[in-house]
Amino acid sequence: MPPEELEDVPSRSPTEEQTRRSMLLTALYIAQEQYGYLSEEALQRTAERLNISLKDAYSTASFYSLFQIQPLGRYVIQVCEGLSCHLAGGAERLVEYIQRKLGIEVGQTTPDRLFTLQTVQCLASCGTSPTLRINDELYEDMTPEKADRLLDQLAGR
Amino acid sequence: MTFEKILLRNVDLPNSEKIDVYLERRGYQALRKALYVHTPEALINMVRKSGLRGRGGAGFPTGLKWSFVPKDSDVTKYVCVNTDEGEPGTFKDRLLVERDPHSVIEGTIITSYAVGAHRAFVYIRGEFFMGVKRWMKAIDDAYARGFLGKDILGSGFDLDLSVHRGAGAYICGEETALLESLEGKRGEPRPKPPYPAQVGLYGQPTLVHNVETLANIPHIVLRGPEWYAQIGAENSTGPKIFCVSGHVKRPGNYELPLGTPLREIIYDHAGGIRDDKEVKAVIPGGASTPMLTAEHLDVSMDFESLAAVGSMLGTGGIIVMDEDTCIVDATLRLTRFFAHESCGKCTPCRVGTQRLVDILQRIEDGRGQEGDVDRVLGLCQGIMGHTFCALGDAAVNPTLSSIKHFREEYEYHIEHQRCIASS
Repeated sequence: MPPEELEDVPSRSPTEEQTRRSMLLTALYIAQEQYGYLSEEALQRTAERLNISLKDAYSTASFYSLFQIQPLGRYVIQVCEGLSCHLAGGAERLVEYIQRKLGIEVGQTTPDRLFTLQTVQCLASCGTSPTLRINDELYEDMTPEKADRLLDQLAGR
Repeated sequence: MTFEKILLRNVDLPNSEKIDVYLERRGYQALRKALYVHTPEALINMVRKSGLRGRGGAGFPTGLKWSFVPKDSDVTKYVCVNTDEGEPGTFKDRLLVERDPHSVIEGTIITSYAVGAHRAFVYIRGEFFMGVKRWMKAIDDAYARGFLGKDILGSGFDLDLSVHRGAGAYICGEETALLESLEGKRGEPRPKPPYPAQVGLYGQPTLVHNVETLANIPHIVLRGPEWYAQIGAENSTGPKIFCVSGHVKRPGNYELPLGTPLREIIYDHAGGIRDDKEVKAVIPGGASTPMLTAEHLDVSMDFESLAAVGSMLGTGGIIVMDEDTCIVDATLRLTRFFAHESCGKCTPCRVGTQRLVDILQRIEDGRGQEGDVDRVLGLCQGIMGHTFCALGDAAVNPTLSSIKHFREEYEYHIEHQRCIASS
């Protein structure tokens, strides 16, 4: 911003448009919750409600890793493969175990659409690694045995 | 010598996140003192005198940052609490927010009063679901007891505080990217200057502070800047939460004075190296700080001493690697993180980090080519200093520092198609 514009930094509140736009991330979370993922319809509805273009809503949504443009499984398993989890030992073992158990690779969803497996970087739990997240829950000090019980529980087995 | 915990004094108490527990521990007394005994100007001077420096990585003097905010009372100003902790090896802010959110809220209110802000935001990492819940509950309770809202404690000072949840992007921990995200946009950093203290959220003066930084404020107000300044080292005052992870026996958060020797943190507090192996490399302050070696174990963990040995205090996230660690593999993992988190705005960072990963990967896989080490160094030169934000510089630090200390391991990988550490 050039200096002359700095001069007249006014004592102002955000404009109505700025306030509305600031709601976008929250609105995308709500839409994702309602539609299961951010389908074109979900994005369209969100954009309309906030009076922004679909292109703009998509551009923002696609920037953030927690917004899903593709349908995922009901439970999204995110195994941390950050350096600390790797050094603590077991992060790879955990991924391999889950891959075998669910019969899917990282990035895939089970045919019954129950589980999606992802790897992520650092969940800020390096002191209790290895860690994984399933939807909004964090699980620390994980082992294949614990993961096994957890996945069975979620699958209702 | 045991150090009396200041920042982590509450976290192990039962129900430490509850407002009543906090109040029993002299909670919100610093706020009362700030509002009734001190002028905003005096508070700014106190924080300057305390020597407190930012705990999010950059280490900028907090009081100085406050003094950059325009004093005019008719200018709308904002305060943002940066809870976007995501620097690999760092897990202290999550602990504070989940176990002692009121200490951070109290620090935020005092900060807002000092600079005349009436609106504050918590920006929290989208993955921290428990943190979001704890923040919201704590804020509701603070409103109910009159610590937030209109006419706080009858002082005439008003402040509203609300939570904004991020959605998975490391770069949003960078203060200008955080502001973009708060405004509902892609979290791409803004060019600096202007700095947020002058032109920030919605173009208004904005202070963005790390959680741990804010948690220090009530203690400075309550016990005085002189008391605070005698903790730690000369230009690195106060307590610091060190997060220790990797090949140590007792990983975890340890609060110690700044300037504590790295060796003491690793061996006395974190229990030493697993299976009593030797240290090979240590990252002292989170993934973006240059690696050190066993030779540096006597370094004091403060801003100046770490700079003197070619690294940085960063966030205080200490990652310890033992003698069997493959340095190329560790570097590849760290670099992959930065390549993934590059926001894509600047070409040298977007393309350069990916190219860096490709070459490191082929060295790690035993497909390294002659000249790859110099190729990698050349790439780093092309990224460093050529990006809007610090992510570019951060992304090359693991590579540059590991080649500096362990170049022969890279050469061995290329020549023998395998790792020296596992041979």
